Amino acid sequence: MSILDITLITGVLAATLRLATPLIYGTIGETFSERAGVLNLGIEGMMLMGASTGFLVGYSSGNLWLGVIAAAMMGIVLGLIMAFLTVSIGAQQHVAGLGLTIACSGFSFYIYRVTIEKVGGVQPHVEPFATIPIPYLNQIPIIGEVLFDQHALAYLGLILVPVSAFILFRTRFGLALRAVGENPNAAATAGIDVFKMRYLCLCIAGALSAIGGAWLSLAQSGMFLPGLTQGRGWVCIALVVFANWSPLRVLAGALLFGGIDAVQLSLQSVGWQIPYQLFLMLPYVLTIAALIAVSRRARAPAALLSSYKRED
Amino acid sequence: MEVVVEKRLLPSRSLSIAAPVLSTLAALLISAVPIYLGGVNPLYGYTQLLRGAVGTKLALTETFVIFAPLLLCGIAVALAFTCKFWNIGAEGQLYCGGLIGSLFAVYATSIPSVIAIPVMMILGFVGGAAWAAWPAILKVKLKVDEVVTTLLGNWVMTYAVAAILFGPWKNPVTGWPESPVISDTTNYPILIPGSRFHLGIIIAMLVAVVFYIIIRKTKWGFELLGIGGNPTATNAAGINVSRQIILAAVVSGGIAGLAGIGQVAGIEFHMTTDISPGFGYTGVVIAMVGALSPIGVVLASFLMAVIVQGTQAMHRATGVPWALAETIQGIILLCLLVGLFFTKYKVRLRMR
Amino acid sequence: MGSDEVIVEMIGIVKTFPGVTANDHVSFRLKRGEIHALLGENGAGKTTLMNVLYGMYRPDDGEIRVNGKRVLFDSPQDAIAMRIGMIHQHFMLVPAMNVIENVILGLRSNRFVIDEASADKRIMELGSTYGLKVEPHSFIWQLSVGEQQRVEILKAVYREAHILILDEPTAVLTPNETKDLFRILRRMKDEGKSIVYISHKLEEVMEISDTITVLRNGKAVANVLKKDTNKIDLAKMMVGREVIFTLSKPPTKFGEPVLQVSNISTLNDRKMPALRNVSFDVKGGEILGIAGVSGNGQRELADVLTGRRKVTEGKITVCGTNVTDATPRDMVDLNVGFIPEDRVGVGLVMNLPILNNAIIKKYRDFSKGPLLDYSAATDYAKRIVKEFGVKTPNIAYPTRTLSGGNLQKLILARELARDPTLLIASQPTRGLDVGATEEIRARLLDERGRGRGVLLISEDLDEILSLSDRIAVIFQGEIMGIVETENAKLEDIGLMMAGSKRMGEN
Repeated sequence: MSILDITLITGVLAATLRLATPLIYGTIGETFSERAGVLNLGIEGMMLMGASTGFLVGYSSGNLWLGVIAAAMMGIVLGLIMAFLTVSIGAQQHVAGLGLTIACSGFSFYIYRVTIEKVGGVQPHVEPFATIPIPYLNQIPIIGEVLFDQHALAYLGLILVPVSAFILFRTRFGLALRAVGENPNAAATAGIDVFKMRYLCLCIAGALSAIGGAWLSLAQSGMFLPGLTQGRGWVCIALVVFANWSPLRVLAGALLFGGIDAVQLSLQSVGWQIPYQLFLMLPYVLTIAALIAVSRRARAPAALLSSYKRED
Repeated sequence: MEVVVEKRLLPSRSLSIAAPVLSTLAALLISAVPIYLGGVNPLYGYTQLLRGAVGTKLALTETFVIFAPLLLCGIAVALAFTCKFWNIGAEGQLYCGGLIGSLFAVYATSIPSVIAIPVMMILGFVGGAAWAAWPAILKVKLKVDEVVTTLLGNWVMTYAVAAILFGPWKNPVTGWPESPVISDTTNYPILIPGSRFHLGIIIAMLVAVVFYIIIRKTKWGFELLGIGGNPTATNAAGINVSRQIILAAVVSGGIAGLAGIGQVAGIEFHMTTDISPGFGYTGVVIAMVGALSPIGVVLASFLMAVIVQGTQAMHRATGVPWALAETIQGIILLCLLVGLFFTKYKVRLRMR
Repeated sequence: MGSDEVIVEMIGIVKTFPGVTANDHVSFRLKRGEIHALLGENGAGKTTLMNVLYGMYRPDDGEIRVNGKRVLFDSPQDAIAMRIGMIHQHFMLVPAMNVIENVILGLRSNRFVIDEASADKRIMELGSTYGLKVEPHSFIWQLSVGEQQRVEILKAVYREAHILILDEPTAVLTPNETKDLFRILRRMKDEGKSIVYISHKLEEVMEISDTITVLRNGKAVANVLKKDTNKIDLAKMMVGREVIFTLSKPPTKFGEPVLQVSNISTLNDRKMPALRNVSFDVKGGEILGIAGVSGNGQRELADVLTGRRKVTEGKITVCGTNVTDATPRDMVDLNVGFIPEDRVGVGLVMNLPILNNAIIKKYRDFSKGPLLDYSAATDYAKRIVKEFGVKTPNIAYPTRTLSGGNLQKLILARELARDPTLLIASQPTRGLDVGATEEIRARLLDERGRGRGVLLISEDLDEILSLSDRIAVIFQGEIMGIVETENAKLEDIGLMMAGSKRMGEN
């Protein structure tokens, strides 16, 4: 193999983890929400608001991390709204989520236009997050560049996965959470506050999705554009099913999609005469295919989509 | 002092009708805040909105131009939602209909209108129907969730259309991502001279009437209502739930496809990558705000058309970003959900 | 025999829900170390009262005292803290989790991480102390109903409950498992625990309890010691009038078989065998009762006979027509009536008008091409609703506005108005009050009198005994025996239900 090929492969692998990062955050967040019984279709809107808020705060303050934190807080607010609609009011989860996404989709661009565009003709941008190479480890051939020369958020994302798995399966909190998503009546009888748990999980989902969105504007592109998320929120919804609601599998799914995305990008640069949109389509087609492949054995939390009414 | 929530025995009739109206007002009130923060007087902004939508005869025709695809998408989604097939893919079905219909329309130059237009419409319907068929079959046969498949399907179709229009079908004259112009014989005739009010608008309203008949008067409507209410019981009663869901999805997609070809034949006269600024998604809002009822959907579509057309005018007059339109739609839907709660539950304050 | 110390006192409890007063100034006193039965028919308010004690509901009025101190429970956590445990009629278990996880769910603890090992050990210890043996690592969905109930009891004793509330615990047990349960309850009484036993079954109440409180229509109407009363008096207090314990069943002539089932087998939802080589027939003019404890294949049997589930082998004929691979539509067209066990889930579309549910099997008869003649349909619906006594002001109202008994009468109206040659009735009187129960049983006998065949699937052995001409006992998907009711011995039926005996024509 010539050096060129190794460089290409390494580049693709490194890009895989990079591109998977927002998906990891979004899908883990969605896993928490769905494990507690709430389908959060607001995720796409939360990502967009995260991207927009993160960019605006990062741009105006000059501090990207402030942007990330602002995005997370915005995500929590949106999670609270979603929780109010689905948990307290008992609205249909599909509809509440879509309404939130539509509102956020417009609003994310609205606030951007209102605060930024007045500045001038040049598309405002920030210097995206730099990667943080880990000394010594990043010298390892191939693996070094792929795993140990990534953004801070990517490292955090990789840590998020096992931490989430541990919380979900080895702690009392996780047990209570899963019970709420399987049989909320049993959980309530056992003394668990179903409402509080679902509120909490939606806030987690909101915060994580928003961070994922902020990654897109602050780490990937350095800009905010309409359609920045390219429907990645929806991909997260599919990936949760693909991962059978398990955080460790989420990582696999996110890497899969990220990998296809990375391959598709590099294929574009190869210069084939095929319209590049077909490459853009590829990850979505394959996501659908993956969903079909696992649908037979996918076991959703038993109480997903059911609204729980407290009989007081 | 505590809040006591009681379920009503029968949902409040008066509130059910008032809810969409109140939600719209609430949404407009809430949206006044970002307008104000954007440096514009909301009252002035809203007056511009109303004037731009219904203030002049021309404005009204423009509102109707937007009303047509919205109504069709609203009906498409409402029909699917009636049997709980969550068709979020109206956008993609719209584009597919436009694509298939225009494949015929561009080359139909020698076919007289009286034949060409119906054929084009049928092909538009077929295109949309096909793009709804596969998620429906996947749901029925493999239990794949249709929310995800129809949503992702939108993206796939959008890219497919772009690939075609940036690629083999790119307009050789202008170099833009649009198809060659469609044949004159397939243009929807203008019905009000001096405006863009075209045949497609009447067609949309006819489809609304058909939708009314289906839901209120046919066996099929009866079956769909049963499936949406309780598919298990409806199946046990002898109705073939799988078949009806696929049929409903296909018809739903077809109606969205009609919206797509309507845009091509009535407004754009080419197939382009933006024949729809999200009408499919607005269709979801319309279906819910209209409570899935034929009359409700018509009214909600008109309301949304006013908002879409009006915010464009408001944008021209005040500089308020046009993204506000989408925001308002979303907020209307969310306010409506809150309103629906109050129709089902009575809330009292109790001294403890 | 227990002391005189009152450990729980409920005074003047009032609890209402929209449209109904479930508890109407009810008072209840539990003494330490006694087994106190709460007796009443379905809908009398027993479960509601105990849900109030357990903190699941807040009473609208009244007070609760535990050990003499006034308490106000906001949630079950508070009740659990006061050492009260409740075993519900419908188990509050998570099927996808194992026993340990279910037992420790919601337990207050300082530890963030689950300590499975010590929970395992404690469960085994408690299991042997009280005779509640379960394998801690097994998943709930793998356990039998009796074992699941033991997990529920374990949950309570794990939390050191001194006061145990059991809600209709024997509804899902075989006669033998019931004996085991009573043994466990007596053991607990010896260990000083106090037990509230909710039931509507007079025999059991007379066997296990020390004291009995009778509820009727939300009011407490009597409080007696067991030794001072008997079954007949209790029944009168429960219902408010003389209760006739047997129905008159006129002899009829049996006709040709309307249903013939030969060697059918099928799988359940978990792909395990649910029916094994089942054969029987139902003749016109007879009621064949399928007796058995729930979960032995009755649901799958009803599914198969109504076209909702396929058989893996065997043959089914209705009036001579082969329906082995029929769809629900075929069965409707063949005029087979079906009263499903799950009224709300399988029988009715609750959010739609009563009209829709009334015509859902007959609407095709009111069609003109693709159109549905709603006015003719409405006339029909109004007629059958009146004929079968469904109480509603307007058939355009949503079906969920009907009470439980009226829901069942609506289903009956829909099915019987079509004059089916074969009627499959699954748990037709479950959860209904005595009035509705009598009405429905009378209608079943009516159908029998007119020469129709009725397959009665019921977990209520009394019902089977009083209505059926022949009885088939099902156990783990097999028919253990088919006997004539007249000549049948109760012990034999009990043994067949528990799988210990086979007999009769098969």
